[in-house]
Amino acid sequence: MALLDVKDLEVVFTRRGRRDVRAVDGVSFSVDPGQTVGLVGESGCGKSVTSLAVMGLLPKRGVQRGGSVYFDGANLFDLSDDRMRDMRGRDIAMVFQDPMTSLNPVVPVGVQVTEVLERHRGMRGAAARSEAAHLLERVGIPEPERRLGDYPHQLSGGMRQRALIAMSLACQPRLLIADEPTTALDVTIQAQILELLKELVTDSGTALVMITHDLGVVAGLCDVVNVMYSGRVVESATRGELFGTPRHPYTGGLLRSVPRLDQPRGVALNPIPGSPSDTLPWAEACAFAPRCGNVESRCRESSPALADDPLRPAHELRCFNPLAPAVLDEVGS
Amino acid sequence: MSLSQAEVSLETAAPGEEVGGSITREAWRRLRRNPVAITGFVMIVVFVLVAVLAPLLAPYSPTQQVGQATPTSIPGPSAHHWLGLDDLGRDELSRILYGARQSLLVGVVSLTLGAVGGVALGVLAGAFGGWVDNLVMRVVDIMLSVPGILFAIAVAAALGQKLTSVMIAIAVVNVPIFARLLRGQMLAHRGSDYALAAQSLGVRRSSIVFRHVLPNSISPVIVQGTLTLATAIIDAAGLAFLGLGGQDPGVPEWGRMLAETQRYLSVAPRLAIFPGLAIVFAALGFTLLGESLREALDPKYRR
Repeated sequence: MALLDVKDLEVVFTRRGRRDVRAVDGVSFSVDPGQTVGLVGESGCGKSVTSLAVMGLLPKRGVQRGGSVYFDGANLFDLSDDRMRDMRGRDIAMVFQDPMTSLNPVVPVGVQVTEVLERHRGMRGAAARSEAAHLLERVGIPEPERRLGDYPHQLSGGMRQRALIAMSLACQPRLLIADEPTTALDVTIQAQILELLKELVTDSGTALVMITHDLGVVAGLCDVVNVMYSGRVVESATRGELFGTPRHPYTGGLLRSVPRLDQPRGVALNPIPGSPSDTLPWAEACAFAPRCGNVESRCRESSPALADDPLRPAHELRCFNPLAPAVLDEVGS
Repeated sequence: MSLSQAEVSLETAAPGEEVGGSITREAWRRLRRNPVAITGFVMIVVFVLVAVLAPLLAPYSPTQQVGQATPTSIPGPSAHHWLGLDDLGRDELSRILYGARQSLLVGVVSLTLGAVGGVALGVLAGAFGGWVDNLVMRVVDIMLSVPGILFAIAVAAALGQKLTSVMIAIAVVNVPIFARLLRGQMLAHRGSDYALAAQSLGVRRSSIVFRHVLPNSISPVIVQGTLTLATAIIDAAGLAFLGLGGQDPGVPEWGRMLAETQRYLSVAPRLAIFPGLAIVFAALGFTLLGESLREALDPKYRR
């Protein structure tokens, strides 16, 4: 059975006097223990809102949630606030995008790490301190004993992200959600942090949901990839399958737009035309139609459903007129 | 200037001195290099020392007649009486030195009461939000709409003309200022990334409020506290001038000294000038320190 099973998740932001914003529109995916699942998409496609909804961290007011999130068989949406709070940090943890602002600037790092240990593992005093040092050491922070007394601004960005990862893994959660954990870091540090995440996830058997817009991260880390567009999953497949045979025009566009080292200089990049604001409502059409190269008249008249790909096994697709597999083998390779 | 520069370079070069440190430590370092802050601090120290050590410093008793004075001839400064005598033949210097005690007492007590009340209301509003916030803020609005002097007169009328009335009045006037300031800060920090990150780790709401949000929100309150001491001293003098303060003639009070010597302004203006200068000195010390503290703690002012 899947560890995390998100079914038809819907998040609608309502505000008096404004049109409702459907940020997440029927997203379903599941994560098995020890598996790494990627949620990929551009800014505003609902990746982060999905993760906050799973964590139960969306504000109560002005937000309507629909669908269900099963964790280990229990629907998280049915849990009381207190039960949910007990689970956060202990069973499900999260690493955020910006390590510069995700640590409290006026509290020493050590105190912030021990706070989690005190909260969930009941550790106190010296025991908590030595465990905190041990955690920092595990994420590759040198001189962990000394670092415990440091304030966040005394650490580099990479060190801070390491500290945040240490905090989120303090209670050996079964599921870790990483929301663009490397976006705010230098490229050299990005690789280190990804390597660290990979290592820790493998070591502890933690399931990982990797939220990113970086296809390189996906290629290096994820077992299964869900591509999101405008609040819905448009394509879902294993990593090899998705990179080898992308079928949705959006996925194809994403892959084509990645700059390549083997291209000669001066060759223009291949962006997807238009912007994410050029969308049609999913209820009546395919949201990607205005930007799609394969668009047909029915794309603007009815909404495609997420269905098994008739041509490829274990590949789900939301498209009337997908890219032909043969053409794309060459792009993906 | 060159001396302080030399000191600064010595300080940064000193081996073993840790670079960085907590935000408060950095603010403290900036503060030590700021001549305005040092001036303010020295003035405050002088003021507090005078208040505490008044019995040792004062050459005469502040309440006993030590010379002859008539409404037409009030002896001016002399070798025995540096600031001369007042209209009742008491030593002016001793009275001013003793007056510092009243000012400091009123300032500290009313600041403490006002800050405690304001911080409590601010935490309540900032931590809970929603209808609690609305309720608290409406109460604060009502408090803000009553003029301070009017309120002080009302308190004095209710409790009698005592020093306590002045303290309570000044405290109550300051409560809404602290409450609003802290509430705004806490609301801003409650939505911060680290608050969300703490939530994502299952940290309890009370811990988030008291261990994360409040410590980040408190520095403007400290600045406001320092500045409030200055206004409290001025307000206390003002209320005493209006006759709302303590009525015991044996206790010298700068505001009342100003009021009582109005009649002799043409004969002995120094009797008004010296207590006035004392008030300015005390208030200025706190203002200078408060403003530099604001600069040191606020990243926007950093140069």
